[in-house]
Amino acid sequence: MGKITKQDVEYVSGLAHLTLDEETKERLVGELSEILGYMEKLNELDTSNIEPTMHALEMTNVYREDKVQPSLDRETALMNAPDSDGEYFLVPKILDTE
Amino acid sequence: MEYEAVIGMEVHVELNTDSKVFCGCSTDFDAPPNTNVCPVCLGMPGVLPVINRMAVEYSVAAGLALGCTISRWSKMDRKNYFYPDLAKNYQISQYDLPLTYDGSLEIEVDGVRKRIGITRAHLEEDTARNTHSLGGGVSGVDFNRSGVALLEIVSEPDIRSAAEAFAYLTALKQILQYLGVSDCNMEEGSLRAEANISLRPVGATEFGTKTEVKNVASFSGTQRAIEYEIARQRAILEEGGAVLQETRGWDADRGVTVSQRSKESAHDYRYFPEPDLVPLAVDEAWEATIRETLPELPQARRDRFMEQYGLPAYDTGVLTADRAMADYFEAVVEAGAEPKQAGNWVMGDLQKLLADGDVPIGECRVEPDGLAAMIGLIDKGVISGKIAKDVLAEMFATGKAPGTVVEQRGLVQISDADELAEVARAVIEANPGPAGDYRGGKKNALGFLVGQMMKATKGKANPKLANELLQHELEKG
Ligand SMILES: [Zn+2]
Repeated sequence: MGKITKQDVEYVSGLAHLTLDEETKERLVGELSEILGYMEKLNELDTSNIEPTMHALEMTNVYREDKVQPSLDRETALMNAPDSDGEYFLVPKILDTE
Repeated sequence: MEYEAVIGMEVHVELNTDSKVFCGCSTDFDAPPNTNVCPVCLGMPGVLPVINRMAVEYSVAAGLALGCTISRWSKMDRKNYFYPDLAKNYQISQYDLPLTYDGSLEIEVDGVRKRIGITRAHLEEDTARNTHSLGGGVSGVDFNRSGVALLEIVSEPDIRSAAEAFAYLTALKQILQYLGVSDCNMEEGSLRAEANISLRPVGATEFGTKTEVKNVASFSGTQRAIEYEIARQRAILEEGGAVLQETRGWDADRGVTVSQRSKESAHDYRYFPEPDLVPLAVDEAWEATIRETLPELPQARRDRFMEQYGLPAYDTGVLTADRAMADYFEAVVEAGAEPKQAGNWVMGDLQKLLADGDVPIGECRVEPDGLAAMIGLIDKGVISGKIAKDVLAEMFATGKAPGTVVEQRGLVQISDADELAEVARAVIEANPGPAGDYRGGKKNALGFLVGQMMKATKGKANPKLANELLQHELEKG
């Protein structure tokens, strides 16, 4: 493994909703293969007796209490929206229902 | 060929927390659009979610009530996809280490009890709500719902019919409502159910191709949608065709399921551990603390009602359907009413008054001890059971005590033998036909005459006494 194909790049960019030109695709085939190659280097280590790391911090159970805090006022919330009608964020009509 | 249906349910319920799962915004359903939002639930860059302890405790409580194992070690993950209801382009959910897993739920269909396996119940965040009614080629997005704590409960494919699916949803909702962890209000979307349905030849062990049915607004709608989908798939298979794996929406008006989109393999969510939230470790002590808060669950309560109060299975089912109703009934008994009688009044007239007035039992103006006192008046012969119906209706409307209603409206039952004997003689005189029939041996003519006596006394005659006196007068000659 470790060899990334152009199809892999197209699949991943499709999932990310990115449109890439041919040149970029070629470049990413190389870069992603290099990254996977590095992962393979790490795979040489024997980790069979090591628990998977779930988090970089060795902490658990950090919670907040169930208390309502003030929200943003709507004007502020909608301030950076590409489009809004003062009530809703507006997006191009969603055709298929969720 | 004979086919059997294989059905699994995915149910999402919004948890009843006051604030959202990763931020302090309110979960109020009625708030105007985009007023319960903040940088966290709007998915702004650079913000940090902090998990709501209550959401975790509610999830654990639900898991325990469903007989699930509680994970000692659990974590949140990112589920990546693009959709306008998801500002961050990922939903914080749980992937390989759900908070609770491996439980079961007992259902009953046509008197047969069966256990449906629960694969897992995991915590996640709800998404924003889209509205498509604004016109002008746009959809509106309301982020008030974004980040509301959601519990996803996934069943094993153990369900075999639409009726079983209905029973499963009913039992699940009942348990969650007993726990108080969710309103389970389908109309407001705080409970959403999806069914995965496939057919296979009876005796086969492999699954057929499944479809996923969504957009159902009620439990009965779910049942109809599943019935339709089973019939649709059977027709395809019988013609030698192949069922297409896809999501289908239920069109309640036309009573059909409609293809929404092929479930393209591009649903690749690329889950990975949420780096912004540290793992959840529910140890035995915490689990025990939560277990102690669990109320008596519906099945246990039904069994106890039968044993302790000697009620029939049907009555216990009705009385325990809703926790508040069951609490109310027990309070009436506690106040001194005989259980069977108390049950009849609660399930009968009171339930009808509540339903007609659309009043939740928590806001009922008839207090349990008021109902018990009213039943006491019947027992003591002060009012008849028939009059009691009117008394209850007035208590319900005005909140008055039964004694007050009876006194103000002069409803005290007539138990004076002399007074009633006079009425009996008048009724016999006015109805020579039926009186003659009775004397001629047609004993059932008596019922008509008793009815006339009740009419003459506006329902106030003591029915037992009226009966006796009529017979006595008729047999005298
Ligand atoms: Zn928020």
